[in-house]
Amino acid sequence: MTSTRTDPSTNPSTSAAGVVVVGGGQAGFSVVSALRSAGYDGPVTVFADEPHLPYQRPPLSKKAHTDRDGVRVDLVPESFYRERDIGLRLGDAVTAIDTAARTATTGQGLRVPYDHLVLATGARNRPLPVPGAELAGVHGLRSLDDALAIGRALTTARDVVVVGGGFIGLELARVAVAGGARVTVVELADRLLSRAVSPQLQEHLRERHERSGVRILTGTAVHAIEGTDRVRQVVTDRGPLPADLVVYGVGAAPRDELARAAGLAVDDGVIVDEQLRSITDPRVCAVGDCARHPHPHAEGLVRLESVQNAADQGALVGRRIAGSPSPYASLPWFWSDQGDVKLQIAGLRANTDEVRVAPGDSPERLAAYAFRDDRLVAVETLNWPAEHLAARRLLERRTPVSAADLAGSTLGALARARRAAEVRT
Amino acid sequence: MPIVIFELPDGTQRKVSAAPGTVLMQAAVSNGVEGIVAECGGNASCATCHVYVDDRHTARVGPPNDVEDEMLDFTAAERRPTSRLSCQIGLSDELDGLIVHVPEEQV
Ligand SMILES: Cc1cc2nc3c(=O)[nH]c(=O)nc-3n(C[C@H](O)[C@H](O)[C@H](O)COP(=O)(O)OP(=O)(O)OC[C@H]3O[C@@H](n4cnc5c(N)ncnc54)[C@H](O)[C@@H]3O)c2cc1C
Ligand code: FES
Repeated sequence: MTSTRTDPSTNPSTSAAGVVVVGGGQAGFSVVSALRSAGYDGPVTVFADEPHLPYQRPPLSKKAHTDRDGVRVDLVPESFYRERDIGLRLGDAVTAIDTAARTATTGQGLRVPYDHLVLATGARNRPLPVPGAELAGVHGLRSLDDALAIGRALTTARDVVVVGGGFIGLELARVAVAGGARVTVVELADRLLSRAVSPQLQEHLRERHERSGVRILTGTAVHAIEGTDRVRQVVTDRGPLPADLVVYGVGAAPRDELARAAGLAVDDGVIVDEQLRSITDPRVCAVGDCARHPHPHAEGLVRLESVQNAADQGALVGRRIAGSPSPYASLPWFWSDQGDVKLQIAGLRANTDEVRVAPGDSPERLAAYAFRDDRLVAVETLNWPAEHLAARRLLERRTPVSAADLAGSTLGALARARRAAEVRT
Repeated sequence: MPIVIFELPDGTQRKVSAAPGTVLMQAAVSNGVEGIVAECGGNASCATCHVYVDDRHTARVGPPNDVEDEMLDFTAAERRPTSRLSCQIGLSDELDGLIVHVPEEQV
């Protein structure tokens, strides 16, 4: 690589090659949208292997979609890209990157030069490692096409088995039960969402889902899926469960194989620095589900799968390439709508040593506050968006909140009081 | 189809037409109106679709609902008496000509 005096990854002067974005999802969209808003006027092209305009994934597990026209998931209409002179190559995957020559090669045989290459390739579902997983009627849920196939199957399904009690599985279970199917969730761990939320909320969620009619089998392994042409039953260690539709959600893995093949540092995600540049090559960066990055709220590197992370990382990279660099420090947050339960998480819960659960002002509302060294680091709320937002405001500003500060109060009350104090001073 | 106007912080106006039955946030996002972020896609979870309803139109639009009212205390830009979450404003022909002001910041 040639040596330059300025950092090449923040140099706004544009040559003819411009920016190539690999992946037209939440993060890829955010990159191109931020590039143009920040005034970047070089060539910008998005390569997306899916045939669809860039879309949002969260609605896919929260509603049953049966046809493309009935789904409102596009991030923005096609005119948005046209008006901003953003090249969109739908249905054309990038198949190789040459970091020395600074070119990307596509499935349709294009060889495209770049000044900056952004990997926004997302994640893929981990396969369900049991015999019969390839039978008709067994679906993973990641893409719009997956969601449409499941939505159509739900119009006739009687017995639905959801394998995996994570966010996507629980969201879909509630959609299916609301549509009138008998629904069983089979989860290997002893609890639902075992790594994602505090134990007290896991119990509460289980109760809410069971009350809505979803049957939940925790501590239960799936051994096989059986049927002749289509799925007929799911064999578990509690016996067979009849099924005419199986949806599994057993985790996702980053799509980092392009980076690995190009010789970039990869370890369950493309390893990037605090500006989201590959630690191997500053002309390449990675954003969203495929990136493993440092974060001021985490010890070591993290890889997050959330809309917030994808959108904020994409915007940061877009602004950096346009000439305004800053380290990535956005507060992580997440939401999941599971039937009548709105679960929201602000902050990172790993390595917390104390969790306090407090009821809200109505029976539907609950919050779990997680502390590390008596300092609030993460807040999980159920059906309580205002408390979630208050948590975000306080955690973003790194306002210290101790367990004592919260005794008999809510973050909402604390945040309002602090805001009022700021206004007075 | 109702026509609604988004006035951006720099004073420029974006006039968009919206299908009745949709919400104001959708009209903004599907027309690429900058400054309406709508991170949660309209689920009343994020407060990044905050707008100030023009003083002349507040009566037509009405007040926020309870959850929205609580959330409005934590928007990124200051809350004002005319603050609303645009994903909670349903569009009908009665709102034709509505003007809303987009705040400086959303996140
Ligand atoms: C069903 C579902 C529900 C979800 N619900 C929520 C939720 O409620 N809240 C939340 O915060 N998050 C949710 N998420 C997670 C969130 O959607 C992701 O974290 C986010 O989409 C990540 O954005 P991304 O751009 O990194 O990846 P994606 O949005 O997955 O986009 C990556 C795109 O790149 C394409 N691609 C990959 N390789 C190539 C290549 N070589 N060439 C061209 N294109 C390529 C992929 O096909 C894909 O279209 C959900 C995810 C799913 C699947
Ligand atoms: S879009 Fe999230 S609250 Fe309106």
